[in-house]
Amino acid sequence: MNLTFREAMLTFKRAPLLSVLSVTTIAFSLFVLGLFGLVVINLQDALHGVEERVEVVAYLLPGAPIEATAQALKDIEAFPEVQSATYVSEDDALARARAELVELRDVMQELERNPLPASVEVKLKPGFRDTDHVAAVAERLRGFGFVDDVRFGRDWVEKLDRLRGLAAAVGIVVGAAFAVVAIIIIGTTIRMAVLQRSREIAIMRLVGATDGFIRRPFLLQGAIKGLLGGMVAIGLSFAAYLLINRYLLQSAFFNQEQAAAIVAFGALIGLVGSAMSVGRHLKRV
Amino acid sequence: MIKFTNVFKAFPKGGLALKDVSFHVAKGEFAFLTGHSGAGKSTVMKLIYAEERPTSGDVRVSGYDVNEMRPRDVPLLRRKLGIVFQDFRLLEDRTAEENVAFALEVTGARSSTIAARVMRVLTQVGLAAKAQAYPRELSGGEQQRVAIARALVNEPTVLLADEPTGNLDERATRGVFQLLRDINASGTAVVMATHDLDLVRQAPYRVIELQEGALVYDSAVDEARDQAAAP
Repeated sequence: MNLTFREAMLTFKRAPLLSVLSVTTIAFSLFVLGLFGLVVINLQDALHGVEERVEVVAYLLPGAPIEATAQALKDIEAFPEVQSATYVSEDDALARARAELVELRDVMQELERNPLPASVEVKLKPGFRDTDHVAAVAERLRGFGFVDDVRFGRDWVEKLDRLRGLAAAVGIVVGAAFAVVAIIIIGTTIRMAVLQRSREIAIMRLVGATDGFIRRPFLLQGAIKGLLGGMVAIGLSFAAYLLINRYLLQSAFFNQEQAAAIVAFGALIGLVGSAMSVGRHLKRV
Repeated sequence: MIKFTNVFKAFPKGGLALKDVSFHVAKGEFAFLTGHSGAGKSTVMKLIYAEERPTSGDVRVSGYDVNEMRPRDVPLLRRKLGIVFQDFRLLEDRTAEENVAFALEVTGARSSTIAARVMRVLTQVGLAAKAQAYPRELSGGEQQRVAIARALVNEPTVLLADEPTGNLDERATRGVFQLLRDINASGTAVVMATHDLDLVRQAPYRVIELQEGALVYDSAVDEARDQAAAP
C-alpha cells in the first residue's frame, strides 16, 4: 500500500503539467455537469413551488351543518393523499374576495347578501399532486352529502403533469449526455497519463511486476485526480452560483449530500477511467 | 534450465522468425547466441522470458512450460531471470539505486532488506559510488552496469543479455563482458545475444548461431560429435 501510494504520488511529481491538465479537464467536465445539475435542482424547486398550489376545493351546499362539516374535515385529513384540509366559511370567502379582487371592491361593498359558498380547501402531500391522485380525491369529496361541487383545475394539473414529465426526460437525457462526455474526456486524459508511462510499464513487466502491482498506483492516482477535479468543480459551481445570485436571480445551490455525490462521482470516473485505460494497455502489450 | 525443442515461431506479418530450433542451455553455462540482425536472436530471447509464445514446439525455462503457462505465472518466471538490453531500459527519473531497488520492490521483497541488497549488487558491478546518480549522469557502460545490477538483484538462475554491448565503446564493452563472465563464474547461467564476433572469439564459451531463423551451428553439438569421432 505504501509503495502504491508512493508510486501514485511520484506521478504528480514527475509529470506535474499533465497531472494539472488531468485535474483541470476533470474539473471542467464535472463543472459543466454541475451547472446542469444546478439548473435541474432550481427547476425542480420552481416546479415544487407551483405544485404547492395544487389544491382541491369542495364547495359546500348552503346551510351545511357545522358539526358534520367538522367531522368531515377530520375524515378528509385522514386521507393518505391529503396534507391539510381547511374550512373556509362564507364570511371568510367574502373577506378574501374583497381583499384580493380590489377592482370589484365597490361591487362587493354593495352586496346585500353574500353570494359566496363556504368551502373546504384540500392540499395534497408531495407525490400525490398529479392528475390521477387529484381526480381520485375530488371524486371522494363529491361523495359527502353536503358538498355541492368540487373544482381542481384539471387542465392546469394535467399541464403540470406534462411539464414534470418533460423536465424529468430532458434532465435524464441531457444529464446522461453530459455525463458520457465527461467520462470520455476524463478517460482520454487518463489514457494520456498511461501512455506517457508506457515505457515504464514495459520495464516493470520485464522485472517481474504483476499486472495488479502495475495497476494499483494508476487506480489510486486516477481516483485522486477525480476527487480533486470534483472538488474544483464544486468550487467553480459555487462561484457561478454566487455570480448568478448577485446579477441574475435568486437560486439554490447543492446541499451537502449532492456536493459530496459530485465529488464522489469524479473519484469514481477517475478510478473507472484508469482501470479501463490501464487494463486495455496491459492487455495490448 | 532452458530447453528449446523443435521450436517454430511465426509472426502474423513478419513470416517465420524461427524454424525448428532446438538447443539446451544447462545450469551455470555461458552461451553466445549469434547471427546477423533479423536472424532470430531477439525472438529466442523473447520466448525465454515469455514475451512471446512459440507457434509450435516446446520451450521450457526454469521449470516453466512457456506454451502452457498462465499469464499470471509470467511475472514469477521473470523474477527467476535477469534481463539486460542493448538500450539499458532504465527509468530516467530514478537514481541508479532506485532503479535497482525497483526490481526488488515489485517482487514484494521486505523493505528492510532492500537497501543492503541493492548496495551489494551495485558494489558487485563497481558502481557503489554512483548509487545516487541518475541515468543521464552516467556513461553508457555505467548505465549498462546499473541494468546488470538490476538484473542480478533478484539472484536469478539465468541472466539474459540481448546485445548488451551494442551501444558501448570498446573499453566499456570489455568491462561489461568481463562483468558477465564474473557473474557466470559465480554460478549464474548467461545467455548473451551478440553479433560482435571479436567478443565471441575472446572466450571459450558455447556458440549457438542462427541464420534466417534456423539454428545453423551449435559448438556444443559439434564438439560432442568431434569427441565421438576421435579415435
